[in-house]
Amino acid sequence: MLDAGTILRRPFFWIVAAIIAAFAITPSIGQNVELREDLLLAAVYITLASNLNLILGYAGYVNFGSIVFFGLGGYFTVYFVSVLRWNLVAASLVGGIAVSVLAFVFGLGILRLRGAYFALATIGVNEAVQAFVTNFGPWGGGTGIYLSTELFMPLGGPAKALWIIYYALVGIMGLSLYLSFFIKISKFGLGLLAISGNEDAAAILGVPTPRYKAMVYCISAFLPAIAGGLYFFKSAFIQPSDAFDLNLSTEAIVTAMLGGQGTVIGPALGAYLYEELRGWLLTSDTFANFQLVISGALLLVIVLFAPGGLMGWLYRQWPTLKKVLE
Amino acid sequence: MTTMIGLFASLVDGLLVGSVYGLAAMGISLIWGVMDVINLTHGAMIVAGMFSLYLLVDTLGVPVYLTLPPIFIGGLIVGIALYWIAVHHMIGQPPLMSLLSTFAVNLVLIGLGTAKWGTVLFNVPVSLPGASIGRYTFPGTHIAAALLTAAIAFLLYLFLFHTRPGKAVRAVSGNREAAELVGIPTTRMLAFAFGLGVALACVSGMLIGTLFPFTVLSGDAYQLKSFVVTVLGGLGNPAGALIGGIAIGLFEGLTAPFIPVNWTLVFEFVLFVVVLIAFPGGLLSLRLPRRAG
Amino acid sequence: MTALLVIDNLSKRFGGLAAVQDVSFEVKECEILGLIGPNGAGKSTLFNLINGVLKPDTGRVVFRGADITGLAPYLVAHSGLARTHQIVQPLGAMTVRDNCTVGACFGRENLPLSQARQVAEQAAVFVGLGDRLDMPASQLTVAGKKRLELARVLAAQPTLLLLDEVLAGLNPTEIERMIEVIRNICESGMTILMIEHLMQAIMTLSHRIVVLNTGQKLAEGPPSKVANDPVVIEAYLGDPDLAAEFVGALA
Repeated sequence: MLDAGTILRRPFFWIVAAIIAAFAITPSIGQNVELREDLLLAAVYITLASNLNLILGYAGYVNFGSIVFFGLGGYFTVYFVSVLRWNLVAASLVGGIAVSVLAFVFGLGILRLRGAYFALATIGVNEAVQAFVTNFGPWGGGTGIYLSTELFMPLGGPAKALWIIYYALVGIMGLSLYLSFFIKISKFGLGLLAISGNEDAAAILGVPTPRYKAMVYCISAFLPAIAGGLYFFKSAFIQPSDAFDLNLSTEAIVTAMLGGQGTVIGPALGAYLYEELRGWLLTSDTFANFQLVISGALLLVIVLFAPGGLMGWLYRQWPTLKKVLE
Repeated sequence: MTTMIGLFASLVDGLLVGSVYGLAAMGISLIWGVMDVINLTHGAMIVAGMFSLYLLVDTLGVPVYLTLPPIFIGGLIVGIALYWIAVHHMIGQPPLMSLLSTFAVNLVLIGLGTAKWGTVLFNVPVSLPGASIGRYTFPGTHIAAALLTAAIAFLLYLFLFHTRPGKAVRAVSGNREAAELVGIPTTRMLAFAFGLGVALACVSGMLIGTLFPFTVLSGDAYQLKSFVVTVLGGLGNPAGALIGGIAIGLFEGLTAPFIPVNWTLVFEFVLFVVVLIAFPGGLLSLRLPRRAG
Repeated sequence: MTALLVIDNLSKRFGGLAAVQDVSFEVKECEILGLIGPNGAGKSTLFNLINGVLKPDTGRVVFRGADITGLAPYLVAHSGLARTHQIVQPLGAMTVRDNCTVGACFGRENLPLSQARQVAEQAAVFVGLGDRLDMPASQLTVAGKKRLELARVLAAQPTLLLLDEVLAGLNPTEIERMIEVIRNICESGMTILMIEHLMQAIMTLSHRIVVLNTGQKLAEGPPSKVANDPVVIEAYLGDPDLAAEFVGALA
C-alpha cells in the first residue's frame, strides 16, 4: 500500500517538513520571543483549520463547535497537571485521547443529522459543554483554573518551558498537516469525499457512512485537544469563556474555507494568512475592533463567490499544481 | 402553601416571558418553513431591535411601546435587504450554504456593533404598573410583552391565512414551482417572507429590551434560545414555535426557584441536541419532518 | 439453476398507499430478469426494499442464502449486490476515475486503493468512458452519467446487479450500445435484475419477465408468455401507449 518510497517521493511530504523547519528555526535564531508568539498563534490556527478540514472539507459536514475539542483538551490537561500532578506529556496525551473518546460517543449521536441540522447541533454541543464546565466545581467553574509557576519547573522554568511548548505545538501542527495528507490519499479519505459528494449514493456504493463519519469526527478532535492542552498550560490560565469561544471555531471555518476546504494545504494557508492579517489588524488603531467584521466579510465573499477558496481557484488555473501538492 | 403559590407565580411569569421567546423563534421558523433557510442573522436582528428601542426612547423620546411599529417596519426593510445580500444567491443550494452566508453577515453586524458600543450593558427603564396576587407581583412589562406577543401572533395568523399576500407566501412555501405557474412573483414573496421573519426578530428584541438589560452580545444567547424553541416546536412551524417558547418559559419558571440559572442552560442545550436527533419534526410533530441535508 | 435472490412476500405501505403488496419471485444465477409495469407500479420501491434504502413492512429478502432484509445499504453492497439509479447520482466533484474507484473500494471485494484504481479504470473503459477518465463527473452528458452509473457498480464486481431504467433518456444509438454492454455483463457471469420501460429492449434482453401493477405481481415467465398474457395486456390497456408498444413488441 503506502511504503516509505512512495511517501518520500511526494512533494507534499517535503513541503510540510520545510514548513515545520521554518517554524522551528526562525524564532530560535536570536531567541526572538515576539516572533515565536506570533508563530505559535499561527501554528494553533493552522492546527485547528487543518483538523476541521477533515470533517468540513473531506466529509462535507460543517462543525460550528470545533472549538469544544480545543477547550476540553485544555481543561483535561490543566486539571491533570495542576490537581493530579502529572507531567505535561502524559496529561496532554491522555487529554487528547479522552476528548477523542468523548467525540466518538457524541459523534455517534449527532452525526445521524444531516447538513444544517448537524451544524446547529455542533453549536449546541459546544454551548452545553461550556455551560456544564461553568458549573463544574472541580474544574474551577466560572472562574477557571490558574496554574502556579512551580508547575513549569519540571520543564526547566517558565522561560524554557515556553520554548518547549512552542516546539511541541509546531510538531502538532506538522502532524496535523501530515494527517490531512495521509487521509486524503487513503481509502478512508476517498470514502469521506464520496460522503461529501452524495452521502446516500456513497452508502449504496458500500461506503460505511456511519462508521466513517464517527471516525473522522473523533480523529478531528485528537490533535486540537492536545494543542488546547499545550496552549492553555502555556497560558497558565483557563476559563470557560476562553476555552469554548465560538469565535475561534468561526475563525477555523473561515480560514479553512478561505484557503480552500477539501484541499490538503488550503486550510493551513488560509489559517496562516488570516492570522497574519488579524495580528496586523489588532495592532492597527483603526481596525482593532473590526476583527469579526473582517472575518464575516471574508466568509461572505467566499461563500457567495468562491466556495473553493484560494487553493480551489489556484487549482483551476493551474491543474498541474494540484497533482504536485495533493 | 406559600411555595405552591410561589411556584405558580414563577410558572405564570415563565409563561409570559416564554411567549416572547416564542415570538423570537417564530421569526426563524417562518423563514425556515418558507424557504429552507436557517437565518443566523437572527441574533443580530434581535440586538438591532433592542438597540433601536434604546435609541428611539433615549435620543428621540419616543414612548416605549410606540417604538414597536417603526421597529417592525425597519426590520422588514432590513430583512428584505439581507435577503438580497446573503440569501437570494443561495436559494437553490443546500441549506448549509445559506447557513454560512447568514452566519457571515451576523459576524459583520455583531462586529460593527461591538466596535461602536463595546460590551457595555444597556438598559431601558420601563415603569408599568404590574398585577399582584398576594405577595407576588407580575411585572407590568412582562404582562405587556405577553399581550403584545399574542397580538402580533394573531395578526400574523390573520395575515398568513386571510390576506392575498399572506396566502401567496404560504403557497410559495408549499410548492414554489406551482406558485410560479399560478403567477405568484416568488422571489418577491421570498424576500418579503424573509423580511417578515427578521421583523419578528427585531420586535422580539424590542420586547426583550423592555424586560431585561442587554449588550451587543446578548443576541447570541437569545438566538440559541430561539433555536432550542424552534427545534422543540418543529422547524417551519410558527405556531409550534410559539408553543415551544411558552414551554421553555414554563420550564424556566418551574426550575428557577430550585436550580441555578446556568444548569437550566445545560439542560436546554442537551434538550436541543436530543430533540434534533430523536424528533426532527419537533416534539409536536404536527407537520411532516423536513430533511435538512 | 440456483436462486441467487429470493423476494418473499415483500410489502411496503406509505400511509394509506400500498406501494408494494406481497410480492414474491426469484432471480436465478446468470439470468437477466426484467421487471416491468406501468408508472407507479412499485418497481423502484421494490429496488429500494431490496438494497436497504427502505425497510419492508413484511416479507424477506434473501441473497445467496443469507437474509439481508432491512440491512443498511452499505452492508448490502458489501454482500455483492449493487444498484444503479433512475435519476443518476454521480459524485459530481470527483472525476470519473475516482467515482469508479469508490465503487471498486467499497464493493464486494473491499479492495485496497491501488488495486481498486486498476479495477475502476477497467470498468470505465468497459462502458466506454475510457477517454473521459479524468473529467469531473458533473461535466458528463446525460448518456455519460448513465454510463458512469453503470461503470461504478461494475467496478464493485457484484454478483447481482440491479439496473433501474438505465436506458431512459438515451438516443437510439446509445441504447443499442448499452444493450450490448448489458449482454456482455451477463456473459461475464453477473446476474441482472433490471427495471425498464423500453419494451423492445427489455423483451429482447431478458430471459424472464416479472410484471408489477399497483404494487402487486401480475405475471411471471419468459417474455413471449408474458407478452401474450391477457391479464398483463389488460393492465397496460389502461395505458394506451404502452399497449401499443406491447403489440409492436409481439410483432
